[in-house]
Amino acid sequence: MIVEASSPTIRQHGSSRVMVPGMEHLLRPARHFLSDGSFSVQYPVGYTVFSPRLTLPLSRVMNSQACAFRLSTFHLYFLKSLSEDIRNTVGNVPMEWYQDYPHIGYDLEGKKIFKPIRNKDELDEFLDKMENPDYWRTVHDKMTSTDIRLTDEQISLVHRLQSGQFGDVNFNEYEPYIDFFSGETMIHPVTNRPQDKRSFIPSLIEKEKVSKMVHAIKMGWIKPRKPKESDLQFYDLWAKEDPNAILGRHKMHVPAPKMKLPGHEESYNPPPEYLLTEEERLAWEQQDPEDRKLSFLPQKFSCLRSVPAYSRFIHERFERCLDLYLCPRQRKMRVNVDPEDLIPKLPKPRDLQPFPTIQSLIYRGHSSLVRCISLSPSGQWLASGSDDCTVRLWEVSTGRCMKTVEVGGAVRSIVWNPNPAICLVAVLVLLNPYLADKLVYNATDQLIASYVEPEEERPQPVQWQVPEIEDSDKGFRLIITHPKSVKQVTWHSKGDYLASVLSDNSNMQVLIHQVSKRRSQNPFRKNKGLVQCVSFHPIRPYFFVASQRCVRVYNLIKQELMKKLMANCKWISSMAIHPGGDNVICGSYDSRLSWFDLDLSTKPYKVLRHHKKALRGVAFHKNYPLFASGSDDGSVIVCHGMVYNDLLQNPLIVPVKVLKGHTLTHNLGVLDVAFHPTQPWVFSSGADATIRLFT
Amino acid sequence: MGGQQQKKYERGSATNYITRNKARKKLSLSLADFRRLCILKGIYPHEPKHKKKVNKGSTAPRTFYLLKDIRFLLHEPIVGKFREYKIFVRKLRKAYGKGEWAGVQRLRENKPSYKLDHVVKERYPTFIDAIRDMDDALSMCFLFSTFARTGKCHVQTIQLCRRLCVEWMNYVIASRSLRKVFLSIKGIYYQADVLGQLVTWLVPYQFAHNHPTDVDYRVMATFTEFYTTLLGFINFRLYHSINLAYPPKLHSKSETELKTEHEEDYAMESESYLEKLSALSATLSRVISAPEDEDAELDHFPAEGEDAEALQVREKQQKGLDAQKRLFEGLKFFLSREVPREPLAFVIRCFGGQVSWDQSLCMGSTYNATDETITHQVVDRPNVDKKYINRYYVQPQWVFDCVNGKMLLPVEDYFPGVTLPPHLSPFMEEKDGDYVPPEKLKLMALQRGEKPEEEPEEEEEEEGDEANADEDYDDDEEEMDNKEVRDEKSLKMIEKQRSQERAVSVMVTPGKVKAENKMRLEYEEKAEEKHLAIMMMKKKEKYLYDKIMFGKRRTVREANKLAAKRKAHDETLKANKKKKGKKD
Repeated sequence: MIVEASSPTIRQHGSSRVMVPGMEHLLRPARHFLSDGSFSVQYPVGYTVFSPRLTLPLSRVMNSQACAFRLSTFHLYFLKSLSEDIRNTVGNVPMEWYQDYPHIGYDLEGKKIFKPIRNKDELDEFLDKMENPDYWRTVHDKMTSTDIRLTDEQISLVHRLQSGQFGDVNFNEYEPYIDFFSGETMIHPVTNRPQDKRSFIPSLIEKEKVSKMVHAIKMGWIKPRKPKESDLQFYDLWAKEDPNAILGRHKMHVPAPKMKLPGHEESYNPPPEYLLTEEERLAWEQQDPEDRKLSFLPQKFSCLRSVPAYSRFIHERFERCLDLYLCPRQRKMRVNVDPEDLIPKLPKPRDLQPFPTIQSLIYRGHSSLVRCISLSPSGQWLASGSDDCTVRLWEVSTGRCMKTVEVGGAVRSIVWNPNPAICLVAVLVLLNPYLADKLVYNATDQLIASYVEPEEERPQPVQWQVPEIEDSDKGFRLIITHPKSVKQVTWHSKGDYLASVLSDNSNMQVLIHQVSKRRSQNPFRKNKGLVQCVSFHPIRPYFFVASQRCVRVYNLIKQELMKKLMANCKWISSMAIHPGGDNVICGSYDSRLSWFDLDLSTKPYKVLRHHKKALRGVAFHKNYPLFASGSDDGSVIVCHGMVYNDLLQNPLIVPVKVLKGHTLTHNLGVLDVAFHPTQPWVFSSGADATIRLFT
Repeated sequence: MGGQQQKKYERGSATNYITRNKARKKLSLSLADFRRLCILKGIYPHEPKHKKKVNKGSTAPRTFYLLKDIRFLLHEPIVGKFREYKIFVRKLRKAYGKGEWAGVQRLRENKPSYKLDHVVKERYPTFIDAIRDMDDALSMCFLFSTFARTGKCHVQTIQLCRRLCVEWMNYVIASRSLRKVFLSIKGIYYQADVLGQLVTWLVPYQFAHNHPTDVDYRVMATFTEFYTTLLGFINFRLYHSINLAYPPKLHSKSETELKTEHEEDYAMESESYLEKLSALSATLSRVISAPEDEDAELDHFPAEGEDAEALQVREKQQKGLDAQKRLFEGLKFFLSREVPREPLAFVIRCFGGQVSWDQSLCMGSTYNATDETITHQVVDRPNVDKKYINRYYVQPQWVFDCVNGKMLLPVEDYFPGVTLPPHLSPFMEEKDGDYVPPEKLKLMALQRGEKPEEEPEEEEEEEGDEANADEDYDDDEEEMDNKEVRDEKSLKMIEKQRSQERAVSVMVTPGKVKAENKMRLEYEEKAEEKHLAIMMMKKKEKYLYDKIMFGKRRTVREANKLAAKRKAHDETLKANKKKKGKKD
């Protein structure tokens, strides 16, 4: 549809237009181009263009890029329609459709518009281009197949439009803006249109809405808005505080510990000693933040002005927050004791005298470690066996070596016969040391010689031999040849029986020999662990066998196991039995000494950890309430071990003296300890090839 | 009769505790809400005594809460509010999505909120409990009040924190309860004595914060939420306990004094009152106007089981305290613009001094720098252009050191440009055997009333003192530390000597009379006895004993180290001085 510019149908609404000076141009009708090339005319406010098409404001059409390419053709029509009356009425159809016809359309009166007789070919075109000075302003109109020469005004209009300016030369786009609908209330209305009827009658839709709301209010679905509480009203919260009304929960409450108060080192200007040195600083920096004793580096500033902000302030506050709500709390009792109170009150050693206190003699002569020592029952002589394959006999009071006996191997154990009437030393051989009254040792010899061969030969586990004459002169009286090396020998208190321990894994680890009958027997049928040492009970017919972990007590008459003492240590190295017979001490390689009271239990009555290294030897004194232990740390510790006759009173154990003197050789210190039978003296043999007497 | 078979972990401690996850499920809360609830209600995990038993035989690391605590949380109204809030957020999101702006508006108006009054009352059944737990609350509020009003938390929170802090400071000033101040590198520590409870808080220096990224501000904000409520109630009660109006009002007299023409230059109308309060220079108005001399002499009665001596000591302490409270009375301070205004004004006002500052610095200044009656001007620059003759120019540390020393210290050490004496922590109370810096000894001597000697003599004296002190330390240390070690060593030595004597003495030589040191012998004997007794200790006690002794030795070692460092430092100083002297 084409609306003719010359005949716009305009309806004017009244005359109540506000006229503002300088606004006339707005009232001129503006032409609007439409997409199909047609246009509509719109008058400014107050006029309505009677056109069903959507209209666009002129300036927008001009400015939009999308329209720019069609401009030339638009203008063609526009200009043509204005200047000439010839118009093709075919409408918006491709002109190719008229290719085969002599005409290209119809004019307003319905007559055919004929094509020009001669079509321009390329050559004509070229010549025209070359010759015609107005070629550049000539436009071909496809609709009418005519060339049109544009006038100067038209060209300037095209230029203006192409550069995005207004078509009208006289239009000033920068005129001051006049607020047409100003906020001020005017006396006169903008329009004089009478109000609609609907503005006088109530709206049905609104009525419906209101009735719905009313219903909701009635039903209680809508509630009046609560008055806004002014938040944070402080009042006396503890006005009615009642300390008795504290919840039970508060009893379990563990209040958070307070932050540690800062020390001198946190000051901005600390004393110089609190600043870290260079090494300390490096160490501090290399430490993990958790391990650091100080969470910050102490710094010194010359004045308050130069103190910067602490960069970890928020961090520390945050960590405190985390501690407060995430850290498990526990009540811990802080032990607040004077360390002096922890030390047990023991009787003073001075009140427990006599006991050996100082080293008084050193017996030198052995060339290798002295493994074992033993004292004669009289206390006059001392026998010692060493790894240099000798047995030496010493006079106790002078320290003189009375005799040296070569034995075929390292002496692991040596024991003096406890019977004062018999002068014998058991090593592997029975040896008469010739040290005693002549009477005594003669009697001993007679005793051994008085042996009568039994009627029938019984099978013996060992071989008894009477030594050769040369050996006999050396002192050997009987040789008991064991199948394996012997670890330990011990006498029965009567002096007739003799027990030996073999280093063997079979059941033949312990043998008991009777000297007067030259008979040996193996009391155990089964092997119950490696036997470390054995001992006879001083009074009763009991036999103590110490294996690595425990001590077994056998009744020799009934031939049964009486008790098994659990030493609970690794491993037992030595054992000694109290002369009363009711108490046993065990030394062990894990540097413990366990005291067993046979009347109490199979567990140790007391475990003493006095030594720092493995215990090698323990010994009880025969008369005095003393016992001693020697250890690899080179010390001998003498303890007061009082056993009361009253069964209800437990033994009293008090360490009284630490005796030192042996030097360590090959990490070995004291190897054996022995008490003097009558005096409160203790002998110790050590790895430094000496025997020392402490009195 | 056998009865039902007892099952494991159905009785005893296993049923008293609940793991965190189970607790969360029981309350049907998300972890974040559960944590928030724990923060607000002050519920914390407990470490059970037998963890394995409680953990039903497993040794997995778990946190345990007391079942009673969790049951107690079940009835908490805040839990309901949390759920409401969750629903609110969901509705709001929906409304936004649909673009129902009216709905959004309506929802926002009905945003669920909760109050923490009952929680405060529950957590602190008595007022003293609340005061005892104030440290963290104050530190947190002071930190939040320094935050910039952007980003990290709500502006209202920051404003509220600031308000509460200002109220608290005004209370401390009015009640004169500040006791100690300490300038640390982290900030300024204050300690006040409120109703017999020591309250310590830390205030950061006034700088913009560099906000770390690995800090969860929501946690801190939740804590602050509770702390602000707590502090508000405490402030209310404290103000009323000394007859001050709450919210604080400036005294009418001082208010007119403070009135300046250009108030709006400093702060907006709405904020100017708080600013005036925070200037800390004016007194607060009282509900009942108190008589000027309010400190009526109270009769002191001896407490039960207290004799006259103790009473005397207490009276003396009280006197000292009163004197400390009036430390700056009659002094007029002026703060230069480069010194931190707030802490100094706070401290000076707490001890009765008058304080003012440059008008351009902050509102509330009461007199100018030209005032002739000013006694001290606090300056923190090496030299001052215009000096007045009748006033002292001191560095800010002087004020703080005076407070800690409970007396006006000589100002010579604190003149501008002078190397300051070290600033010592007032919180350190040295026991016997601890290291005491020589400055502290000097201060203690000053407090006792001993006057320092003339300069050169003093130096010598000091040296002597120090040397003596050092020796003392050495002795102490030896006694403390090496007692055992020395005992053993001496014993060893003696044994060795003896054994060697025995070993060597084959030759007969004329003997020498050896004077036996009886004391030493006795000492040795005692040491040996002790050694033997220690050997007989039970394993448990021995362990404890060793631990105690180890700790003692460590403290002694540390003290020795500090003393040695100080000695070396002093010596280098002296050497430098001598060198300089020679050069001159």
